Amino acid sequence: MQPRSYRIQRVRQETHDTFTLELEPVDGVDGFEFAPGQFNMLYVFGVGEVPISISGDPTTPKTLTHTTRVVGTVTRAMRQLKRGDLLGIRGPFGKPWPVEQARGRDVVVVPGGIGLAPLRPVLYALMAQRKQFRRVVLLYGARTPQDVLFPKELEQWRSRSDFDVHLTVDRATGAWRDNVGLVTNLIPRASFDPANAVAMVCGPEVMMRYVVIELEKRGLTDDRIYVSMERNMKCGLGFCGHCLFGPTFICKDGPVFRFDRIRHFFSKREV
Amino acid sequence: MIHTLEPIIREHPFFKDLAEPHLKLVVGCAKNVRFDEGQMLFREGEPADEFYMIRTGQVTIEVHVPGRGPAIWETVGEGDVLGWSWLFPPYRWHFDARAQQPTRALAFDGKCLRGKCDQDHDLGYELMKLCAAVMVQRLQAARLQLLDLYGVKK
Amino acid sequence: MPQPNLQTGQQVVLQHDGVFQLLKVLRERGYRVIGPTLGRGAIVYDELNSGAELPAGWTDTQDGGTYRLQKRGDKALFGYTVGPHSWKKILHPATRRFWRAKRNGDGIELLDEEREPAKLAFVGVRACDRQAIAVQDKIFLEGTYVDPAYKSQRENVFIVAVNCGQAGGTCFCASMGTGPKATFGFDLALTEILENGAHYFVVEVGTARGAEILDGVPCKEASSEQLAAAKRVVAKTAAHMGRRMDTTDIKALLYRNYEHPRWDNVAARCLNCANCTMVCPTCFCTTVEDVTDLTGDSTERWRKWDSCFTMDFSYIVGGSVRASALARYRQWMTHKLATWIDQFGTSGCVGCGRCITWCPVAIDITEEVRAIRESEPAKKGTA
Repeated sequence: MQPRSYRIQRVRQETHDTFTLELEPVDGVDGFEFAPGQFNMLYVFGVGEVPISISGDPTTPKTLTHTTRVVGTVTRAMRQLKRGDLLGIRGPFGKPWPVEQARGRDVVVVPGGIGLAPLRPVLYALMAQRKQFRRVVLLYGARTPQDVLFPKELEQWRSRSDFDVHLTVDRATGAWRDNVGLVTNLIPRASFDPANAVAMVCGPEVMMRYVVIELEKRGLTDDRIYVSMERNMKCGLGFCGHCLFGPTFICKDGPVFRFDRIRHFFSKREV
Repeated sequence: MIHTLEPIIREHPFFKDLAEPHLKLVVGCAKNVRFDEGQMLFREGEPADEFYMIRTGQVTIEVHVPGRGPAIWETVGEGDVLGWSWLFPPYRWHFDARAQQPTRALAFDGKCLRGKCDQDHDLGYELMKLCAAVMVQRLQAARLQLLDLYGVKK
Repeated sequence: MPQPNLQTGQQVVLQHDGVFQLLKVLRERGYRVIGPTLGRGAIVYDELNSGAELPAGWTDTQDGGTYRLQKRGDKALFGYTVGPHSWKKILHPATRRFWRAKRNGDGIELLDEEREPAKLAFVGVRACDRQAIAVQDKIFLEGTYVDPAYKSQRENVFIVAVNCGQAGGTCFCASMGTGPKATFGFDLALTEILENGAHYFVVEVGTARGAEILDGVPCKEASSEQLAAAKRVVAKTAAHMGRRMDTTDIKALLYRNYEHPRWDNVAARCLNCANCTMVCPTCFCTTVEDVTDLTGDSTERWRKWDSCFTMDFSYIVGGSVRASALARYRQWMTHKLATWIDQFGTSGCVGCGRCITWCPVAIDITEEVRAIRESEPAKKGTA
């Protein structure tokens, strides 16, 4: 599978180490259709390819948006690109978040750190058809106030009466007036009906582990909790074997998983 | 006043498993309190003679670091129980607590309850269990915070 | 002499030099013949220009961490088992270029990579290896995505299977249910018989294409004695397997024993050298590498064999997920024998024994399974 060329329309620095690229196809034919939770393999010419979740609005496919941290050779090279430069795209890959299954239910969205990027498309999808869902609750944990992603959008969402937004940071600095503590602290008090809710969780594995414990304490069952897993990826097609996680290929069977289906391996070390 | 507080205390998850006579004792030691935004609930080192159940608002658990000002460990809000120092010697607060928003709370007379626990060990056991649960939760949360999970390992 | 009009399923007999003739016919029909030959102290798979390049009169002795070649007393053409090569070296090559691209002005131009697949004849495909090809077919042809290069080469392969005349010291195809007789997926299947001074091959015709090729080679209908001799050879091989794998409930056994102490035992021995993954005929993991020239204007994307035994393999931001040697050995073994079943519907292991032979410290996958099975912690509640 060969990458298709996309042109960078905009580069935006989000936090000190996280940036967003907005892209449009070079051939300009159609937009990029994807489901929330899917990812692309992004190729920087001559440098390499990395898997990055799509962080944009699935209801406006004209622009393809990716948000990522600078963590290695390829992402460092990507950060040097400017408006007008080209990027190669392969995708979309992966199983998406269960937006359809959440219809008629309370939706609890729990991102940790950069985990808000792969969950933002879910929030856009929920907002676009708000009446299809009951309560929508966002519980977002970041490292420090400076690491909070998409603060302007968070404020917009927070100002809506039909959207329950809670923020917390691990470490407060300066004039932070909001919650301090791990995102797990927000779960016991969150307003949702555990008998009729779906939770979507994305963040470091340790964080997801403890979030699942808290959600289960509230009475949410495994089959209504969804997590997004991450492993090394080279091909995105289920051929290279790098993303194997127990009996699953994260590129094809994930990255979004219903928790009961991976519970057995999730609890094992170094799998 | 005490009669209107009883249903609130009785229904709270923290107290709901207390046996009837113990619950009545706890209710008897409770009173309504309010704090303005910015007001300190207590300071590190002061005698710890009360514990709180937050009804509305938000309170920081913080420690004052010279040259840095208050370092907030955690915030607690509606429905949270604050304070375990009243049950363990030296019965002094180990941190500061400040109302970050206008806050209403129930304050429980810890000094009085301490005395009652010494006489009625069953009551003591029940309250000890409740406080231990709060401490375990705080410890667990603190440990996870220490992992700095969202940071990138260099 | 009039040739029998050959049909699929028919069994005929070739004399000893008939195999040489068969290879000649294949080459005349435009096939490049790949088969066993002597090379660098082992019997490897390479291009054969004539039947004379077959390792006639050679055999191998294999055991944990041991492979030795020896001369036989006879002139058997296929009197050995499998060496370090498997057919994946051709169908799923160690390096393959995906594409090339260059910058032109502001755009990127992908250069055409269409290549005609070679017409190949695999001669000497053992039953275990035939199963291994089927296992890899499931990965590359029957998944969500199809590998076009694998597909196009795979469709251009003529298969001459060989039913083993002897079992190797590390062989366990019988207990894996994959051999020693090839039962599917061949154009022709040979059973070599050396008995009472006679040396001949019973040939089973597998496809119309196989019949057509065999038409060019002198052969006779197999007699009932010759068919019985072929059956005896296969039965003798099946009875003398060097190893045995108990596959009873193996998936559940491994799924519930991820924390078994045996993993510490094998981790203390395993060098994480990745030999097993290189010689295993079903291991398919690869990595992708992008290389440029010094100007940065041309680039190539290559796919190369990779191994789950490396630290890099499971690296994500923050470190490798499988950092310990234990985790990496466990990953290989549980994938091969257990999670593979959930992914592809078959075991990943075909019982060829190569991982045992080529392990420098002689780790034996059949012994590891046995050790876990026999020392499982007792379940609660049993008397």
